[in-house]
Amino acid sequence: MNEKRIVIDDKKINRRRMYNKTGQVLFFLSTVFGMIVLATLLVRIFTQGFDYLNWDFLTSYASRRPEDAGIKAAIAGTVWVMGITIPVSLVLGVGTALYLEEYAAKNKFTHFIELNLSNLAGVPSIVFGLLGLTVFVRTFAMGRSILAGGLTMSLLILPIIVVASKESIRSIPQEQYEAAYAMGATKWQIIKTVVLPAATPGILTGAILSLSRAVGETASLLMIGAMAFIAYLPDSIFSSFTVLPIQIFNWAGRPQAAFQSVAAAGSIVLLVILIAMNSVAIIIRNKYTKRY
Amino acid sequence: METKELTKSVYSVTDFNLWYGQTHALKNISLDIPHKQVTAIIGPSGCGKSTFIKTLNRMVELVPSVRMEGSIKYQDRDIFGAGSNVESLRTEVGMVFQKPNPFPKSIYDNIAYGPRIHGVKDKTILNEVVEKSLKGAALWEEVKDRLNENAFGLSGGQQQRLCIARALAVEPDVILMDEPTSALDPLSTAKVEDLIQELKQNYSIIIVTHNMQQAARISDKTAFFLNGEVIEFDATEKMYSNPQDKRTDDYISGKFG
Repeated sequence: MNEKRIVIDDKKINRRRMYNKTGQVLFFLSTVFGMIVLATLLVRIFTQGFDYLNWDFLTSYASRRPEDAGIKAAIAGTVWVMGITIPVSLVLGVGTALYLEEYAAKNKFTHFIELNLSNLAGVPSIVFGLLGLTVFVRTFAMGRSILAGGLTMSLLILPIIVVASKESIRSIPQEQYEAAYAMGATKWQIIKTVVLPAATPGILTGAILSLSRAVGETASLLMIGAMAFIAYLPDSIFSSFTVLPIQIFNWAGRPQAAFQSVAAAGSIVLLVILIAMNSVAIIIRNKYTKRY
Repeated sequence: METKELTKSVYSVTDFNLWYGQTHALKNISLDIPHKQVTAIIGPSGCGKSTFIKTLNRMVELVPSVRMEGSIKYQDRDIFGAGSNVESLRTEVGMVFQKPNPFPKSIYDNIAYGPRIHGVKDKTILNEVVEKSLKGAALWEEVKDRLNENAFGLSGGQQQRLCIARALAVEPDVILMDEPTSALDPLSTAKVEDLIQELKQNYSIIIVTHNMQQAARISDKTAFFLNGEVIEFDATEKMYSNPQDKRTDDYISGKFG
């Protein structure tokens, strides 16, 4: 037998175990930190806003008197804006992803486009707000309308939807394409019968998550001039509008203490909507994602 | 049908060359593949046998850097010619792959996929095609009570026979098989081999295989590929008992590969 060159003594082992233990404690504390902040936030919002949260709050317009104030116009505005954003961003986003993954030649130019899509996803929303103000509100003279707001939101979440859709399409195994090609399917038939059915859960998950970002989005809509005080429901896509986060932002900026509570009540509603949307995304992801 | 019976070879390959980028993958291939027989293609890994079989239904064109020269005639038509289109060629020439690749759909929808993309909507016709194809692939008895279940619930061997049935559903004349049993256990392999013997009554079959015993068991003619060239192409029996080329002899007797 050769002399053993790997020698382990108790001292070495104890030190390793200690490092392991330290690591475990540190990572646990990091997790706890996040949990505590989240819990504090929730407790504060709920204790402050819960008393104002009732049916009247959901069905009243904004008001000068905190006890009469409600979020009817804001909820309607959010729904209308999403009504523009969802179809526009889905059609453009999925279309772009399909082109890049299925049709475009893999060369430097498409690589450049893909790189910049990821960059776009990181651009601050206020910049998109500026773009929306210049292009939609002024150049196309849409004014401070739902249409302008919805289109701006579409641009904001478009990169995220494209990237999520691309990932989803790319995860379809090559064998699935081969199976369809070998039976004489054309590319479009393959997209319809193989790619889209398999990619839809991933696309929807990405789309819902990015839409929930859009629902909570404030800066870009402030930029294009969404109003804070609206005492009527929108009647067309050219109406002026407000959305939930802007309404909350406005209330939170008022000097009266009671409006802080109204803002908190609005936040609860917004949180519930966002959590509901994210839950739907998670359910879709877990239930329908295909495994090969 | 009459003229087809008269045609002796289903494929006629002449001086065919193929490159992947700079790599010369197929060199001066010339061979005639007989009608309604099993033709096996054997050879060590990387010899071009998969490339060759994928060329026969032009699947090889999915590789972006591919370049081809020479002629391949299917039933006397140039498959790369102006009058030929790739979709109809693949309708007449079905393919089964190395790894079973069913769609994540029901058994029924897997089989009906081909007819549907070619415009068959009539429920009665689809039902007939599904039953006939599954029977043709010796799978009907095992799955007839669960046609609406997901195809991924089948075993590997059943999935491969499902893929064969799916290829049959397009009503092809030729079936290309690219190592169809390499992912299967011996029992499933035996079933697929039996099936190939039956299919030979109605289809011309070209099969790539790593397994020389398999080629000997099921094929009528065998082509031995080495480094992108056809070294020998002859009746299987003759080739195994009396190979003309030393390299064929070495490969068959297991000296390399």
